[in-house]
Amino acid sequence: MPRCRPISAASGRKRGTDMARMTMIEAVRSAMDVSMARDEDVVVFGEDVGYFGGVFRCTQGLQAKYGKTRCFDAPISESGIVGTAIGMAAYGLKPCVEIQFADYMYPAYDQLTQEAARIRYRSNGDFTCPIVVRMPTGGGIFGGQTHSQSPEALFTHVCGLKVVVPSTPYDAKGLLISAIEDPDPVMFLEPKRLYNGPFDGHHERPVTAWSRHELGEVPDGHYTIPIGKAEIRRKGSGVTVIAYGTMVHVALAATEETGIDAEVIDLRSLLPLDLETIVQSVSKTGRCVVVHEATLTSGFGAELVALVQEHCFYHLEAPVVRVTGWDTPYPHAQEWDYFPGPARVGRALAEAMEG
Amino acid sequence: MAGGVEEPGPGKLPGGMAPFSRGSELRKAQSGREAGSRMDEFSRLSLHVPEPAVRPGDQPDFSNVKIPKAGSVPRPEVDVDPEEIRDLAYSIIRVLNREGEAVGPWAGLLSDEELLTGLRHMMLLRAFDARMLMAQRQGKTSFYMQHLGEEAVSCAFRKALRKGDMNFPTYRQAGLLIADDYPMVEMMNQIFSNELDPCHGRQLPVMYTSKAHGFFTISGNLATQYVQAVGWAMASAIKNDTRIAAGWIGDGSTAESDFHSALVFASTYKAPVILNIVNNQWAISTFQGIARGGSGTFAARGLGFGIPALRVDGNDYLAVYAVARWAAERARLNLGPTLIEYVTYRVGAHSTSDDPSAYRPKTESEAWPLGDPVLRLKKHLVLRGVWSEERHAQAEAEIMDEVIQAQKEAERHGTLHAGGRPSVRDIFEGVYAEMPPHIRRQRQKAGY
Repeated sequence: MPRCRPISAASGRKRGTDMARMTMIEAVRSAMDVSMARDEDVVVFGEDVGYFGGVFRCTQGLQAKYGKTRCFDAPISESGIVGTAIGMAAYGLKPCVEIQFADYMYPAYDQLTQEAARIRYRSNGDFTCPIVVRMPTGGGIFGGQTHSQSPEALFTHVCGLKVVVPSTPYDAKGLLISAIEDPDPVMFLEPKRLYNGPFDGHHERPVTAWSRHELGEVPDGHYTIPIGKAEIRRKGSGVTVIAYGTMVHVALAATEETGIDAEVIDLRSLLPLDLETIVQSVSKTGRCVVVHEATLTSGFGAELVALVQEHCFYHLEAPVVRVTGWDTPYPHAQEWDYFPGPARVGRALAEAMEG
Repeated sequence: MAGGVEEPGPGKLPGGMAPFSRGSELRKAQSGREAGSRMDEFSRLSLHVPEPAVRPGDQPDFSNVKIPKAGSVPRPEVDVDPEEIRDLAYSIIRVLNREGEAVGPWAGLLSDEELLTGLRHMMLLRAFDARMLMAQRQGKTSFYMQHLGEEAVSCAFRKALRKGDMNFPTYRQAGLLIADDYPMVEMMNQIFSNELDPCHGRQLPVMYTSKAHGFFTISGNLATQYVQAVGWAMASAIKNDTRIAAGWIGDGSTAESDFHSALVFASTYKAPVILNIVNNQWAISTFQGIARGGSGTFAARGLGFGIPALRVDGNDYLAVYAVARWAAERARLNLGPTLIEYVTYRVGAHSTSDDPSAYRPKTESEAWPLGDPVLRLKKHLVLRGVWSEERHAQAEAEIMDEVIQAQKEAERHGTLHAGGRPSVRDIFEGVYAEMPPHIRRQRQKAGY
């Protein structure tokens, strides 16, 4: 399976190879395309995903290619979208549905938590629920409180759901194919601020397009990345940073800017969690910073810190630090005072090093 | 593989069969004596996925929108038995005819002076939209949503309400504020997220709030506020008050569960609420047939709940007002809810993040059979001899000047990325009535 490639100056498709540079949007689309071509049971639907191809264009061209009974527009009813997906899965299909923004998933929460998550358990495997629920997540686009949320902890708290958050186009495609092939329901959160490039929190600078970034290299065909495996984005010995989604790139920027020799772990999957990689790293560095965009209280960071404490207590040389969104709704105008950018992560790194 | 798609042609059901053949097959199947042999006679199933009549590159076609003659729909008494007016859910109440005359039983409710005010409100809203769209392109705000073509709905509706009544609006009813003389500068302060923003920078542009003007805070999610309108109305009834509520929803959002919850609560408790559905034909890229499904109209959704349901020409200021007043009277007389479908057309993009040329013909709005609400009211007033082309042109210029003056005033207090802005403290305040210690600690950590 191809791993991260060395940086290459070439941009766009390289002739004679099976590798193209893709945005995360194209990578997600390619994952669905490959899956739909391989398996006629894969169907894709959601609000505006049919003819138009989705408001972020992730499903563009799929209806034209696979027909409107395999890729179609849904009524604006998230509970309906997830509920019908569960029914289709009970029949034997593999629905991969889109919730237009993660902030819109709440009407579907009943279907997700009480139904999708428990169908295998309560029927002892008589029925299962192999669905994927894709949703753009996170802030950084002046989306205000209804287009910026990071609700991953609301899913990790539910037994029976898997939760995936990619940070690169390569991972997005491989993880989404894994999610579609997974026998259980997978929440697939796509950091929308990463759709076009590796946003590192420096909103005042233009973002490097994925077409000019080595992690934008994505094979055309089928490949998978296992759900439950983290990736170390930067080797280091001073402090471990645990992050996922957009915050991986923010953490990398903070590491470069502070000069602190941090090891940056990109979780990729929140549930199941690659505890082994975390424990190995923290046991080595003795220090840990946990970073996420979601609010602090009862956020996924709380789980991570608890696990680090349970498994690495005798290796810790300083209290574990969390950098997160503030415990408020996501504001509109004060976006960059809310978003945990590289300056805040940098201060947290320094704090972890001092303790 | 192509997925086995069948495009339903004219007179054909999605399965590719003519309706008659399926009917005869059904009869044949029903007359079969043995279940086993009957099963064999059924064809394989196929999924029906509705499609709009036309797509980009096609000729616009609204032949499926049946437009009754203005004045042709009767006006029942407000205490009519809902069962007797089921047909109103399938017709369109219209007052202004092609010639600009106000005709029929729903006409004659507004004075010339009131109509001139109504025209002014619609023109103001249109000019306001034009300036704010430009401001968005100039980077003075992050986002905007315009009303082009739908001005009559909210502007005329507001006039059927009284002070103290409460709207639970969506993001395309700013006419409720304009027609209630809410200061434009305040709206712009909100849009620009500046230092005087009534929402302190917390909310997306156009998500206004004004309890004083009967305008519930817009959430930005869909349909959630519809059932809240019913709750507000129930509260007014519980307290033996005289005030009524109005809920607002778009055609697409009627698919949400909250829409159906609203109807059942309104029906059960006969809540004094007007349930408005603005059918502007498009839910971003999704045509109204996806939310409507097999129901003839959106208004007809009310019938199963026993709620009187009216369908009205949403581009006809007089008709909108007349129907809204009828519904408001019913509510005030404690006769319960009314469902109103406004048949209109979203001429512009869904928002500044949308490009409709990707999913509908560019010239579709020109083919919309119910015309332009501003031009139709203007024509009526000219015909009545109380307005003229000259006065209209002059009013357009004056109104634009008024909007520009308001914009200058608002911009003095900042725009999204320049000048005065809300404080970072505003992030932390207002989450709770009293700030809990953990948020105070976070505010201090942020340096405020």
